[in-house]
Amino acid sequence: MRILLSASEISALIANLAQQILSDPDIAATTPERLAIVGIRRRGELIAQRLSTIITGQLRQPVALGALDITMYRDDVIGKRPITIPIGTQMNFRLDDRVVILVDDVLFTGRSVRAALDALVDFGRPRLIRLAVLIERSGREYPVAANFVGRRVNIPPQNIVQVRLRPTDADDAVYIDEIAAAVPPPAAAPPASGVAP
Amino acid sequence: MTVAPRTDIGLTSDSIVWTRRHLLALQDLTPQEIVAVLDTARALKEVSTRSIKKVPALRGKVVVNLFFEDSTRTRTSFRLSAQRMSADIVDFSVSTSSVSKGETLRDTARNLEAMGIDAIVIRHRSSGAAETLSRLVQCSVINAGDGSHEHPTQGLLDLFTIREIFQAQGRKIADLHVAIVGDVAHSRVARSNLWALTKLGARVTLVGPTTLCPNQFADLGVAVSHDLDSVLPHVDVINLLRVQFERLTSAAFPSLREYNRFFGMDEARLQKCRPDVLILHPGPMNRGLEISTPVADGPRSAILHQVTNGLAVRMAVLYLCIGASGDNARGPQNTATVHSEESTRL
Repeated sequence: MRILLSASEISALIANLAQQILSDPDIAATTPERLAIVGIRRRGELIAQRLSTIITGQLRQPVALGALDITMYRDDVIGKRPITIPIGTQMNFRLDDRVVILVDDVLFTGRSVRAALDALVDFGRPRLIRLAVLIERSGREYPVAANFVGRRVNIPPQNIVQVRLRPTDADDAVYIDEIAAAVPPPAAAPPASGVAP
Repeated sequence: MTVAPRTDIGLTSDSIVWTRRHLLALQDLTPQEIVAVLDTARALKEVSTRSIKKVPALRGKVVVNLFFEDSTRTRTSFRLSAQRMSADIVDFSVSTSSVSKGETLRDTARNLEAMGIDAIVIRHRSSGAAETLSRLVQCSVINAGDGSHEHPTQGLLDLFTIREIFQAQGRKIADLHVAIVGDVAHSRVARSNLWALTKLGARVTLVGPTTLCPNQFADLGVAVSHDLDSVLPHVDVINLLRVQFERLTSAAFPSLREYNRFFGMDEARLQKCRPDVLILHPGPMNRGLEISTPVADGPRSAILHQVTNGLAVRMAVLYLCIGASGDNARGPQNTATVHSEESTRL
């Protein structure tokens, strides 16, 4: 296991993500009350919270913040042992006509984002959805691309990127687990496991 | 906005592994498995508050409601729960089926299974019917009440309701004292409650007339009392059981009036309780017998919360049992499918 990002690099990348988001012409043209930041549970939720703090500070107006549990929308949840125990979704607002910034920790196969898009539209019809990820790695299986990327990495598909963020984890760090290279990784790790595929 | 801690009995369901295909009895479950169901139900409760009250988790799965006994609440609750998980559900009731022509449980179940179903929700007058069925079929079996044995989803929804309300006050199930009042001897609800509550560390006192609440229950590690008034000041939750006229074979108590006088929950008795006492009833209520209308509809009653929570709990049970069994259902269509490692990884 080697370290990919330190705590200070993570906070710099999140700050940079916030600037990318605020510089987006469509987002800049939207009033804050029509914006929504929605994180995919769990590590995406933590990044969404940090982005929300920065963006709310810069806009000087609160931005709606949601947390999406995509377990019930995944294509690999039935028949998987052990079965994933969901955490639940927290969306206290409708998405109709909003500009939604969907946030995840790692973009890999694109399957989590596919599930998240299905989950999002159950809460209304957003005007547009943008995708922000801390880490983008190669290995897409679905046609999904991120709009805002913290760091692009090119690592073998067998490796596991492990994002650790406070307060769920003890510290802030991103590791690459190369020991797993010998054994095929699970096709898609559950969002609750903290191991992004 | 952070994830609520899962602190009951010091467990987190992150470390919990659910692999059961059937839910037959709470007596079989570990405390960890009970917490897994409660946590899953907590996550799924939000679905029923959306304008689109549906998630796709069980899309394409088929659930059969196989009810050999009357039921409105449980049958409807399972039906709605399956629909909210996107499963298809077929209602099969004894009066409209071949069972009235003499078909056995075994034949009925195997015929249903041959149509390619994924789960059977069974209610039966005989204790052990769900377990028997689970040995006959490959699909998931969920017990919706078997005789006077167990009614596991009712036990789980009672526990869910208790946990939800007391957790908001920062209290754990292990700190609570629960009274189960009435016809304990005939009650599957009482047995499921007893197992679930004691496994999570709650103190349980069974209360009822000696004929309906025999002292032998004390062998299960619970207290038994025949004097409701002496118990009232000491409990946090009172679960009132329905007087089950259909299961009373002999005169268990002299008259309904006498039952009501000694064991009926009314406002005068509520005055003797702790101010934050929680009143539960599995329904259907005999108003004026085991519970008075002012208590049933009053501020301490969580009876309608129980019904709402029943949906979330049954969604959780269907998800966990069908999810854990995967594509195990061996209907004629399923046997033709090749399940490679590759296809299950998708």
